[in-house]
Amino acid sequence: MTAPGPDRSTRSAASRPRVRPAFRAAGPVAETSLAHLLALVMVVAAALMSASAARAQPKFPALTGRIVDEAGLLTLSDRNAIIEDLKLLEQKSSDQIVVFTAKSLQGYPIEDFGYQLGRAWGIGQKGVNNGIVLIVAPNERKVRIEVGRGLEPVMTDLLSKLIIENTILPAFRRNDYAGGIKAGVHDIRDILLGDADAVRERAQAGKKRSAADDSNVALYFLIFFICVAIFMVWMQQRQMAHPGVASRRRGGGYVTIPSSSGSSGWGSSSGSWGSSSSDSGGGFSGGGGDFGGGGSSGSW
Amino acid sequence: MTGSSAFATKQGLFDGLARRLVLLFAVVTASLSLAGCGVNNIPTYEQSAKAKWSEVLSQYKRRADLVPNLVETVKGYAAQEKDVLTSVVEARAKATQAQIQLPPDATTNPEAMKRFQDAQNSFSGALRQLLSVVENYPELKSGQNFLALQSQLEGTENRIAIARRDYIEAVRVYNTEIATFPGRLWKSFLYPTAQPMATFDIAPSEMQTPKVDFGGKK
Repeated sequence: MTAPGPDRSTRSAASRPRVRPAFRAAGPVAETSLAHLLALVMVVAAALMSASAARAQPKFPALTGRIVDEAGLLTLSDRNAIIEDLKLLEQKSSDQIVVFTAKSLQGYPIEDFGYQLGRAWGIGQKGVNNGIVLIVAPNERKVRIEVGRGLEPVMTDLLSKLIIENTILPAFRRNDYAGGIKAGVHDIRDILLGDADAVRERAQAGKKRSAADDSNVALYFLIFFICVAIFMVWMQQRQMAHPGVASRRRGGGYVTIPSSSGSSGWGSSSGSWGSSSSDSGGGFSGGGGDFGGGGSSGSW
Repeated sequence: MTGSSAFATKQGLFDGLARRLVLLFAVVTASLSLAGCGVNNIPTYEQSAKAKWSEVLSQYKRRADLVPNLVETVKGYAAQEKDVLTSVVEARAKATQAQIQLPPDATTNPEAMKRFQDAQNSFSGALRQLLSVVENYPELKSGQNFLALQSQLEGTENRIAIARRDYIEAVRVYNTEIATFPGRLWKSFLYPTAQPMATFDIAPSEMQTPKVDFGGKK
């Protein structure tokens, strides 16, 4: 502890007089480096500003359930009927469908609005990306079926176009918004459930994904605790091997080792915590699905 | 005497093993804390931008694959629109050619990027022209075959737009990382070959929506 003290002080004493005059003498050099720094700061500031400019995106309401009826097109009984259908669908195939009726598209084309909404809400299971958002904008007279990446081969652009043109728009043209939405959701669901094998595959993938995420976290914790435990064992072994050294340094303190059964219990408890959060009772939340612009739009 | 020496070697063995484990522990801790300071950011962002770029390419490819069917369908109803059809076919050939000839370092080569983009943009223009001509043929427009192609084409154009925007965003993140403070240091220490990537501007022709001419002057 005493050894490095004088060494450090001599070094700083020697370097201090050397640095100071050099800094003062090299006035222009220092100035240019200051200018460089200033330029760098400005570049960074510009980058940050452009970052916030690039992030300009519509404001989305909170995802309060499977139906977010901002424009108020659906009655309570309509909503309950649709929600019941969608819940059953998710249980069967892990696919998530959300209906959003927009008061305004905030000046964005519905295609731009749709994929960003889907991503912001994270509809569909993470990694499987099996979400669909049905967006109805009565004020702009636009409707869109936004399809998550994973469902693009099932719910093709053509199928979404056909549902919009043949099922949804005729009802909307009669001002029967609730009827159009209900029939549209029904058709989408039928197509998603059309291929039983594909449905089973998606359901398994959706479950596996969420389970894998949880167990990964648990595994990292487990590894971390095992490392800590090994380290502690090693310290204790050292203490036993060289009791003189250890007792002088640590005052002969006894290091308690968490038993291995304790740490594994921790891991399994974190696993059960994760799985309980994924099927949390009545609330609904997006699974983190991604959208890449699949689907189709229409207007009336 | 012999017992104690056996114990000593055993102890030594254990010590060696333990030292190795401690080393492992130190490496794990060091790598975790370094990852916290963003030492991995540059390669991570670079890979992400590259993945976005290949998404852009695959969507362009998808559009090029759709067009022959579209041209055939339109030909069936509107063979007299030869000029428009030929220009679409030619623009498609050029765009495909540009994609094949794209050098592997296109993402860090603004000129190659620009050439590719120009070819794709003129292809977009030719396609728009074709679709606006179709407006004059109600039978063609209402046919199921055309509806299918149109919905696929619309979807692909939309996917191209999104893939391009995602790529631009990924490049922005990456370029900011190598230009700003902690990333700049990591770049000079560990990734001296990291180059800023090129994006593309949105072409002015893409800013405006296609005009639909109801006068039918053509």
